[in-house]
Amino acid sequence: MKFDKSTIIFMVGAIAVFAIVQLLITFGILNPFWTTILRTAAVMAIVSLGLNLIYGFNGQFSLGQWGFYAIGAYAAADVTYRFSQLQNANGLTVLFMVALLSTVGLVLAQLFISKIRGLDPLSALVLYLVATIALGYVGFLIGKVAAGPVTSLLVSMPKDVATQIVFFISVLLAGIVAAEISFLFGLPILTLGSDYFGIATLGFTIIIKVLLDNSDTLLGFEEMKGARGMIGIPKITSWFWVFLFLVVTVILVRNLLNSTYGRAIKSVREDELAAKAMGIDIANFKIVTFVIGSFLAGIAGALYAHINGFLHPNSFNFIKSFDPMIIVVFGGLGSITGTLVASFAWALVLEGFLRLWLPEGFETWRFVVYPILLLIMMLLKPNGIFGGYEMPYLQDLLPFKKKVKKAEPIGPANDSPEVTQ
Amino acid sequence: MSENPTNIVLEIHDLCKNFGGLRAVRDMELMIPQGALYGLIGPNGAGKTTVFNLITGIYGSTSGQILFNGNSINGYEPHEINQMGIARTFQNIRLFSNLSVLDNVRIAYHGHAGYSFTDALFRSRNYEVKENELTDQAIEFLSVFNLQDRIHEVAKNLPYGEQRRLEIARALAASPKLLLLDEPAAGMNPNESVALMDLIHFIRERFNLTILLIEHQMRVVMGVCEMITVMDFGERIAFGNPDEIQSNPKVIEAYLGPGASVLAEKFKRKKTR
Repeated sequence: MKFDKSTIIFMVGAIAVFAIVQLLITFGILNPFWTTILRTAAVMAIVSLGLNLIYGFNGQFSLGQWGFYAIGAYAAADVTYRFSQLQNANGLTVLFMVALLSTVGLVLAQLFISKIRGLDPLSALVLYLVATIALGYVGFLIGKVAAGPVTSLLVSMPKDVATQIVFFISVLLAGIVAAEISFLFGLPILTLGSDYFGIATLGFTIIIKVLLDNSDTLLGFEEMKGARGMIGIPKITSWFWVFLFLVVTVILVRNLLNSTYGRAIKSVREDELAAKAMGIDIANFKIVTFVIGSFLAGIAGALYAHINGFLHPNSFNFIKSFDPMIIVVFGGLGSITGTLVASFAWALVLEGFLRLWLPEGFETWRFVVYPILLLIMMLLKPNGIFGGYEMPYLQDLLPFKKKVKKAEPIGPANDSPEVTQ
Repeated sequence: MSENPTNIVLEIHDLCKNFGGLRAVRDMELMIPQGALYGLIGPNGAGKTTVFNLITGIYGSTSGQILFNGNSINGYEPHEINQMGIARTFQNIRLFSNLSVLDNVRIAYHGHAGYSFTDALFRSRNYEVKENELTDQAIEFLSVFNLQDRIHEVAKNLPYGEQRRLEIARALAASPKLLLLDEPAAGMNPNESVALMDLIHFIRERFNLTILLIEHQMRVVMGVCEMITVMDFGERIAFGNPDEIQSNPKVIEAYLGPGASVLAEKFKRKKTR
């Protein structure tokens, strides 16, 4: 693998940022208040990148991102809570087996459905649901059986190592669970037009919030404690973990977008009809993008859960669901750079500096400052700070590598007069 | 019909499309031989574009048959029909306007990219090779249309004539066998129309295409088409070569109103006298 200049600069820059912040934390120059804000910023960057994929690149106005964030947060928190507080790995094994087998179910159902022509989305959904639930239940049973041996294996390890392993797996599992739910939810909903899709996803976020309010009674997870808030989650999300996940996310999203699949995703945003006529399966690409975006939301949620060690359904209400939307619009729809900058600006300025600068009791002014900034932004620069701009590493570099050779034009198109309309 | 049935690229039989009570297309018949430059004309609202949308799968037909190379394409999705080899342009240009000229063409290559999703995510060797190939191919292709200097420009910033050319280039990128052009000369001045006619002849030879076009500018239609079908109120009212169509009373009446053919006849006689 060869590295071009921008890749090297990006990598060196990323390592430098990581090292500097890490050193500041280690030597105690950054107090916990600011490290928490930095970690929150990185987490927000991951959710917002997911949303930018869905809204900025694929053009689907989604307010459901926060719901998937909540799912990821509670799923991962439950796993690590059970392990660190109850010394039991059953959360891990059950979630792992359920996620694995329901994914298998989805793949099998997909293989089956692809053989049938002209199946409507709702019947397809029923098939997917049956496959997922059936295999998911089998996974649940297997996971329960496997809990014993896995627990004894993990307990035999040093406690720190075991917790980190459980944490890492739970973050990935949270992403997968969010992705699966988004697939099943998106299948019927993505056939709707963009505005209706937005409203349906808003409904989703509200449903998730209400379910979390009643998680101890309705869902039967007593440790989540419903509207009282879940406490006792180990605080494992270090600067290292969030930074690692953020960098990997940025690289993968960039790779995706600068490929033929990424161009297909963007073509759906530009013109659905033309994309169809160019041989792009737009239904497929809408689902794929929605699932990837939700996967990122799930991961971000899981990381968030382990920052403060405390989760409350109120942090997942639908008003908060506009936070990533504001970040994406502010940074620029369709700009990864913009989303990254806006996430950090959002956390540092609005959560950090304004809390310190504004006098006691004026914290609520933040929610006056937000909308005013947004209004000014919309008036002055409706494309967001970065518009469609990307920093060099994130740009599509391939055509720039070589000099474009001036081919001798062959067509009669050559003679056509320059048209000015 | 005199055409040899084995050489028919597109065949339409008894095609009907109803929008509620409105019968937009009824009992449409069309037969396009291999390599033809075929025109579809008719007054506004005659159902020409609806026929295009039916062929490309954007609408499902109410009844009737559409055969492409002898195989029925009824009930297929638009993207599947495109992959079978039918490409089209639109009446009002539909480019991916915020993407570069190069990307517009590269999107059309999507089906031929030749690398998988994981290849793309992890930038494998295969990705780099195939992506470079694809880009070279797209640039070479654009140079055929004399757009090679514009590849990094955003499509919406191109002048009108170049946008038309880019749209045709994009449609041809996936190497279709049948090209549907929906009013390619709309909004063009006479000079540009002439250039467009040259371009149409040129792409047919170079890409070994069959072309079906809708057009309102009679100069273009009569200039390029070998065969013409005329539609009015969703029905085929005439078909034949340009000379036959020009003298067909039904066609004249469809365009100019009832009684017009009689007047036209009188006018002709006066002239010859």
